[in-house]
Amino acid sequence: MSWQPIILTLELAGLTTVILLIVGTPLAWWLARSGAWWKEAVATVVALPLVLPPTVLGFYLLMLLGPNGPGGWLASLWGARSMAFTFEGLVIGSVLYSMPFVVQPIRNAFEAFGDRPLEAAATLRASPLDTFFTVAVPLARRGFLTGAVLGFAHTMGEFGVVLMIGGNIPGQTKVLSVAIYDYVETLQWDEAHLLAGGMLVFSFTVILTMMMLEKRIGRGGR
Amino acid sequence: MSLSAHFHGKLGRFDLDVAFEAPGRGITALFGPSGCGKTSVLRCVAGLQRLNGRFALDGDAWQEGRSFRPTHKRPIGYVFQEASLFPHLSVRANLLFGHRRTVGRGVPEHIRLDDVVDLLGLGHLLDRSPAHLSGGERQRVGVGRALLSQPRLLLMDEPLAALDRFSKEEILPYLERLHGVLSVPVLYVSHDIAEVERLADHLVLLRQGRVVAAGPMQELQADPTLPIARMPEAGVTLPAVVEGREDAYGLTLLRLDGGHLLVPGDLGPQGTARRARIAASDVSLARHPPEGSTILNALPVRIVAAERQDDVQMMAVVALGEEGRGARMLARVTRKSWDALGLSPGQSVYAQIKGVALVQEAM
Repeated sequence: MSWQPIILTLELAGLTTVILLIVGTPLAWWLARSGAWWKEAVATVVALPLVLPPTVLGFYLLMLLGPNGPGGWLASLWGARSMAFTFEGLVIGSVLYSMPFVVQPIRNAFEAFGDRPLEAAATLRASPLDTFFTVAVPLARRGFLTGAVLGFAHTMGEFGVVLMIGGNIPGQTKVLSVAIYDYVETLQWDEAHLLAGGMLVFSFTVILTMMMLEKRIGRGGR
Repeated sequence: MSLSAHFHGKLGRFDLDVAFEAPGRGITALFGPSGCGKTSVLRCVAGLQRLNGRFALDGDAWQEGRSFRPTHKRPIGYVFQEASLFPHLSVRANLLFGHRRTVGRGVPEHIRLDDVVDLLGLGHLLDRSPAHLSGGERQRVGVGRALLSQPRLLLMDEPLAALDRFSKEEILPYLERLHGVLSVPVLYVSHDIAEVERLADHLVLLRQGRVVAAGPMQELQADPTLPIARMPEAGVTLPAVVEGREDAYGLTLLRLDGGHLLVPGDLGPQGTARRARIAASDVSLARHPPEGSTILNALPVRIVAAERQDDVQMMAVVALGEEGRGARMLARVTRKSWDALGLSPGQSVYAQIKGVALVQEAM
């Protein structure tokens, strides 16, 4: 059994989570605080991967990233033909696919504390940016923790999207779930058992750790 | 007059149009029933809410026409009804939140942490989390936090309303002390007349988004046409100075503008400033100096004005001294007695005072 799929999966999940925290935080803030009438439409788009079959998402991504889509055009800038079937394409797919799992908890956390702490900070001369980092983010830290863990774990387990846009290139796009599928296809039950069991233990540990951490933060924070 | 405000605009179900001025020292109370728009006015002053209008402090306009200074650029301190401390910070970090952003950036430090800690009795709380404070303690931290941001105007939005009676009594003396020590003007929103009488020097009476009356506290209290004179607890609070003692009887002699009062207890050495509250229902009128009465205080006064309150009662305004040149008080008497004694404005009579409450340590 090769470690490659495991390392690749961790890289993908880690990078996706970091990108999601960077992109998702301002998005969650806007969704929580904006009065724009169309923000729920945006929220719906963000939430789509929750109900959309991963193959559907994967199909559209393939169109977007492929040689005839904007992804292909982008790839031509550095001389490649397409962004499909590359690690970068996988990252883009994962970011979209896991977005609701990161944005939703952070948005909820931003909404939970209401206007008052922000108003209090403003009356104490904190600029909006200052308030965001010294009040809003610390108060929403449970949401960030939940979002990061869910985003990471969810990316670890993605399969449909990967298969559609990533294929099965070792070291590039062959992630854990695809590897398991492969082993089963080729009747390598022992390897499949090992990976599947490892995923089970990992998922259990992640969720347990998160719940304990949340409890701890919750105690210290209020 | 160094603070001037005018806000107008639609506010929920009614139109708000409030204009007032207030002195650059002391506590100005915005007083009125719930829903009269007083909190909105305060929020407009803070820039937390925006209505049309203008606001200036010492000639420095914070809002005028289209220009509107955002909240974090206004030199205010704001005390919310619920203390609204930052739950993720210790009491000390809460206190210093605004301090860091003002003194830390070169604003002269008029109010120091040690002073606030002493004044508000916060020493033993500094390293605690706000979660482990009582309601009264939390509100004291809220006041301290606002003060430490070196405000040029302190805004207080019903700071005692969310507290139980016990916590209220605990925190009021601190606010009174503050009043004596601070030179920062305060806008104080409240619907509790007892609180306002204890603390305020200046009053803006609001109703349905309009100013009913504004002026020095004593003047407004002694105006029988205003709604506060119709409250059962109507009365006046007068500045008083300790003049002497009758030790044999445990009494203190207080000097008012235009008269003297004997009150029970030791109120401090000669010259101590106090505030005496005299309720309208504790004052009765007599045509002749009363004889054979157990009431200690009977002062010559002149009737200045009178207003019929209902079928039974009259509210009379009397001024201390035979000439009626002194401080004004309210007297609530029955119409029957009023007619029987043939009283009318302009007459010199005697006011018998049944009770005096001393409400404030120092002015």
